[in-house]
Amino acid sequence: MTIDTKNIYKIAAHHRFQWEKAQDCYVILFPEGMVKLNGSAGEVLNLVNGEADVESITEILSKKFSDVPNIAKDIEGMIELALEKTWIEKVN
Amino acid sequence: MELDKKNNGVSASTTKTQPLWLLAEITYQCPLQCAFCYNPTDFDKHTQNELDTDSWIKVLRQARDLGAAQLGISGGEPLLRKDIEEIVTEASSLGYYSNLITSGAGMNEKRIDALKDGGLDHIQLSMHDITEEINNFITNTKTFKLKQKVAAMIKDRGYPMVLNVVMHRYNIDHIQEILEMAEGLGADYIELANTQYYGWSLVNRDQLMPKKEQVENALKVTNEFRERVGNKMKIFFVVPDYFDDRPKKCMNGWGEVFMIVTANGDVLPCHSARVIPNLEFPNVKDSGLKSAWYDSPAFNKFRGDDWMQEPCRSCSEKENDLGGCRCQALLLTGNAEGADPVCSKSPDRHIIDQAIKDSQNPGVEAKPIMFRTNANSKKIDNGDEKERLKKFHATP
Repeated sequence: MTIDTKNIYKIAAHHRFQWEKAQDCYVILFPEGMVKLNGSAGEVLNLVNGEADVESITEILSKKFSDVPNIAKDIEGMIELALEKTWIEKVN
Repeated sequence: MELDKKNNGVSASTTKTQPLWLLAEITYQCPLQCAFCYNPTDFDKHTQNELDTDSWIKVLRQARDLGAAQLGISGGEPLLRKDIEEIVTEASSLGYYSNLITSGAGMNEKRIDALKDGGLDHIQLSMHDITEEINNFITNTKTFKLKQKVAAMIKDRGYPMVLNVVMHRYNIDHIQEILEMAEGLGADYIELANTQYYGWSLVNRDQLMPKKEQVENALKVTNEFRERVGNKMKIFFVVPDYFDDRPKKCMNGWGEVFMIVTANGDVLPCHSARVIPNLEFPNVKDSGLKSAWYDSPAFNKFRGDDWMQEPCRSCSEKENDLGGCRCQALLLTGNAEGADPVCSKSPDRHIIDQAIKDSQNPGVEAKPIMFRTNANSKKIDNGDEKERLKKFHATP
């Protein structure tokens, strides 16, 4: 699967993405499930808001983590994974 | 920045345990009388001392502070309580992902709207069969049409459609039709929960247990169906442990992620923990949830693996299942610290094999099912059913 950088995604219906203070991480909640996201996965999904396309998410995170090489590839990998897990869905 | 794709982007907790799931067994009253109910057989005595609304709200706040994010509101039938709307509203404002686990009894248009307004995230509806006959038989009530009606209401309000079907010998051969029914209702998730034998289902084990071939066929049908529908409908198939040769990792470990608060306020690491003798469980009337989770002897009793005996202690697979279920070990072997007898390495595996054999005795169906009623609960609690329960090491 290749991700078009103009694609826009949002958190899928019946799923909730939120910060958990006690766990010190972002989580995805859905019927019968809860997934704790590691730092980088959380950073990506935090920008998946139904408005920003993949290109602009990459731009924001490239600035924030300027020391990370090849970040675009990591971000696309995370989006692919989240799609496969049905945590997010395509808007446009 | 590294994305941990191997582990689904999920980092395992390396710090101390936290309760992530809170199950509120808010009442033990239920209009249905399901033969497979996992509630304790002595539930009747806990129907007089239920926690009030304020106590439940305190429970929700304390568990949320400890880290609980998934909330199941269960029972009995939770809708028998008039304060579910108030409890749901509080849960939502605290940031829980909340789930009402219901038979559908007590649901109506007004209540489902109030629950939606209160922020309830989903409703898990129990279904029993595609036939009215089996539905009404196994629940001992005329509830088939009610369930169809409530399913439509759930869909209409835009909730995810989450169905739970407990599987036993009376419905397991209808699995294809049950899955088709779920698809027709627009189910997003369906849990096919093969009966686990605790509480009432243990009392009725001989009458409920399917044959191994039936289970294998059900799994095959489920896999084919899953292949066809893909992600459109997620299907969970809970494997019946008696037919396996390794036990389940019960509750994902004792006191690891699950916390249950019962109708009368007992705080438990699993549904049936109270069967284990000489363990005193904390109660929210005397103790806060934080000390219950971290400090109570009961929650610490089976954490980790220091408590293990042989053959578990030196077993190379012990981390996979943590020795299985403590309650099952106690109920069937009399030793809560022993290996779950489901394990083929357990010296007590013959107990499981015998149970499978007993359930296939052609005379077994003649023995009446004990339905989950207040009257039967009183009978068992009074010791009137000793003959039936004598093979178990505690009253389930």
